[in-house]
Amino acid sequence: MAMTLNINGVSHSVDIEPETPLLWVLRDAIGLTGTKYGCGISRCGACTVHVDGQPVKSCQTAVSAAVGKQVTTIEGLSKDNNHPVQQAWREVGVPQCGYCQSGQIMSAAALLQKSPKPTDRQIDEAMAGNLCRCGTYQRIKAGIRRASQLSGA
Amino acid sequence: MVETNLSRRNFIRTSVGAAGGLLLGFHIPEAEAAKTESRPWTTPTKGVEINAWLSIGEDGTVTIRVPHTEMGQGGMTSVALMIAEELDVEWSKIQAVFADPNRHLRNNREYKVMSTHGSQLVWLQHPHIMGAGASARERLKEAAAQRWGVPRSEVTAKQGVLRAGARQGTYAEFATAAAGVKLTEEPAIKQAKDWWLLGKDVLRLDIQHKTNGSAQYASDTRLPGMVYAAVRACPVPWGKLKSFNAEAIKNRPGVVGAFDLRAVEGKRGQPDLQDCVAVVADSWYRAKTALDLLPIEWDFGDAAKVSNASLSAEAKKALGEKGLLTKDDPKALETIAASKKVVTADYERPFEAHLRMEPINATVHVQDDRVDVWSPTQDQSAAILLVADQLGLDPKNVYAHTMFLGGGFGGNGAGGTGVTRQAAELSKRLKRPVKVLWSREEDVAQDKQRPMAAARLTASIGANGLPEAISTRALWFAIDKMNQIGPATADYGIRNMPYNIPLRHHERHNLATHVPSSTHRAPGANQTGFMTEVFADEMALAGGWNPLDWRIEMTKDKDDWQRVLKTLKEKAGYRTDLRRGEGMGVAVVACHGTIAAACASVTVSRRGQLAVEKIVIVVDCGHVINPRGATEQIEGAACYELSHAWFGGLEMREGRFVNTNFDSQNLLRIDQAPEIESHFALTGGKKWGGMGEPAGPPVPPAVANAIFAATGKRIRSTPFRLHDLSWA
Ligand code: FES
Ligand code: FES
Repeated sequence: MAMTLNINGVSHSVDIEPETPLLWVLRDAIGLTGTKYGCGISRCGACTVHVDGQPVKSCQTAVSAAVGKQVTTIEGLSKDNNHPVQQAWREVGVPQCGYCQSGQIMSAAALLQKSPKPTDRQIDEAMAGNLCRCGTYQRIKAGIRRASQLSGA
Repeated sequence: MVETNLSRRNFIRTSVGAAGGLLLGFHIPEAEAAKTESRPWTTPTKGVEINAWLSIGEDGTVTIRVPHTEMGQGGMTSVALMIAEELDVEWSKIQAVFADPNRHLRNNREYKVMSTHGSQLVWLQHPHIMGAGASARERLKEAAAQRWGVPRSEVTAKQGVLRAGARQGTYAEFATAAAGVKLTEEPAIKQAKDWWLLGKDVLRLDIQHKTNGSAQYASDTRLPGMVYAAVRACPVPWGKLKSFNAEAIKNRPGVVGAFDLRAVEGKRGQPDLQDCVAVVADSWYRAKTALDLLPIEWDFGDAAKVSNASLSAEAKKALGEKGLLTKDDPKALETIAASKKVVTADYERPFEAHLRMEPINATVHVQDDRVDVWSPTQDQSAAILLVADQLGLDPKNVYAHTMFLGGGFGGNGAGGTGVTRQAAELSKRLKRPVKVLWSREEDVAQDKQRPMAAARLTASIGANGLPEAISTRALWFAIDKMNQIGPATADYGIRNMPYNIPLRHHERHNLATHVPSSTHRAPGANQTGFMTEVFADEMALAGGWNPLDWRIEMTKDKDDWQRVLKTLKEKAGYRTDLRRGEGMGVAVVACHGTIAAACASVTVSRRGQLAVEKIVIVVDCGHVINPRGATEQIEGAACYELSHAWFGGLEMREGRFVNTNFDSQNLLRIDQAPEIESHFALTGGKKWGGMGEPAGPPVPPAVANAIFAATGKRIRSTPFRLHDLSWA
């Protein structure tokens, strides 16, 4: 089925089964490989992107559900890698292997959009769906607090 | 509008910007951080090559070729730091790229080692890495000395500038001459007291790319004409493929075909390729969906009878039988037999998967004159040899491309790359590039697991409350078709426990299993550290000792252990008088030349809900070249081991692992992650130790000991989640 998607402000036309998860359209068809596969069952968060500003697990989002909406991936979060979350991530030194970090950053950016000054509990709730095998959790928490400051909240 | 049509798909190159100029070197205010590229294996190196490790460009940029892999441990940054230290060049002038594994092979192992394992990069390899930087610096000085007609001893090399008296020139100006200099004697590397760069906090080089999605992992490889494969090996390891019905899926969209791949009998060691079926399609999701619909018949073999319960029973039986003696004080058993006060306990830990976030994958492109390989290997040399072996080719025609790894943890070494054979075989048959990606379920089921382990420890306590004799019997299930871990690892950490117990008797068993195993972050110590250190608490408490003071007393002739334990005592505020439901626990374990001690604080609700509040960790790794990076590794290793100990454990039923995705097997999540406070208690001098692994092993026993303090419940097996921790 032919569909038009808006990804990071660019329209893409794809011809694919409508139930295909958005993740694989991004990675294999369009070539935006910053969004990662970790589990395919909505349990790790590596595939987190924004659809109309909301964080979603793209491995469990049918591509057809993204038609007519704005999809933002890590590549489109900022033009110059300077979204407050990205800046804070570098200051604090969050990533290790980095594989989970696109998802972490997208979840954190969505959290701060909704709650500019999140409580510890809100951070835990918003980020509990994003696994990090390298164990960067303490720095993720610090990074979110720093990003909140950088955004002037 | 960008057109993407899967059936007429073109190769689309992502072109996200490479290193920007906004990096900040936080604690080196005068310098911007050095740069790297998101595709550092393709980056052309500018300038003149001084030696295999570095080139100097006209603008003074120094490109360092890193032979190690970057799997999160900071290896790329560590190599660049050590060379920049010796070369003496501003950090902002450094650029890092991955070295070419094929070149290494062709040029007689020019980088000495092209495998990243055992926390060895800084610990054991700093002499030759720093030596490469020192050699380049001395050759630059020699080139200047010759041009200026002065002895080399009068030339200084600092921050990219050579000087002698009033004369000066940049490294770039002398690079060509230096490349031709032969030194009669290679220089010694610097002593720690002379370091200007090492020992300071430096931001990792790859951080830009790991915050904007541009870091390229093996699974991100995209090539013109590439097809994708989803594979399924027999769920019972080493089972045989009987048949499959390719007809059933041949009309599925995008499917190229279904192929059988076969284990090669008699191959041992790294080159595993188990019987499996691969479905190839024009996208991975199409391949995976078709594979799920493919009828496959397996011959599971005898291993289909094995379960966690049967393994446990086997372990118990072996603990009652004499094993191989690894230390025997003739009086140890007698003393225990005659003692009035004996402590004895059995411990057990399950198989564990590596669960790196990037599932195992490989892309191989077989062409007439060359083969290219992109794989998340920790051992590029092995990847080349494996593919050459599979295809019957000369390794010199195989080109491996080092990619960022989405975690390694010992599982992606020489033995973790069987997937590379799958991709090589498929690419050979299909005559086009093939990317094989294992689903998470496949990644867990077919991983080379950390072996299940058990031990029985027995000690007699003397009149002073300290142990007078100890007898141990350790075992694990690591004798499999590949035998990738040495049998001596079974009781590593037990037979060499640091405590001064006068009489010691140690035995071990290695038991056979159908489960392939391999190294796993802190091999041996990651299982035995728990056993030894929970038992240490049991011995201490039986003798009426405070567990931390007991450890200090029992290591009193060992300066480095004293330094670590006393620092822990000073920093952690360890207490044994907390109210019920709250507890602190300590543990100390050495591996990879490094000692790490942990103090955990937990709370356990009456209903048995565990919370790990805080872990204080003290490490002696001799020297720290980048405290910031080392601290990341402490935090990471601590979470890694806590995750296994609390939530881990593979469950085997009918010969196969059944909890193979994150619905049935959990990792530590952010809301469970403790605060981690890191300290260094460094011996310095000649002592160097590893940093990527040692902080993990003391964490599970420290938490188990804290749970005991909080609840009175002694935990002797993991995962903790299976224990009832409720108290009244
Ligand atoms: S890949 Fe989507 S949540 Fe894991
Ligand atoms: S940084 Fe490696 S999984 Fe999170």
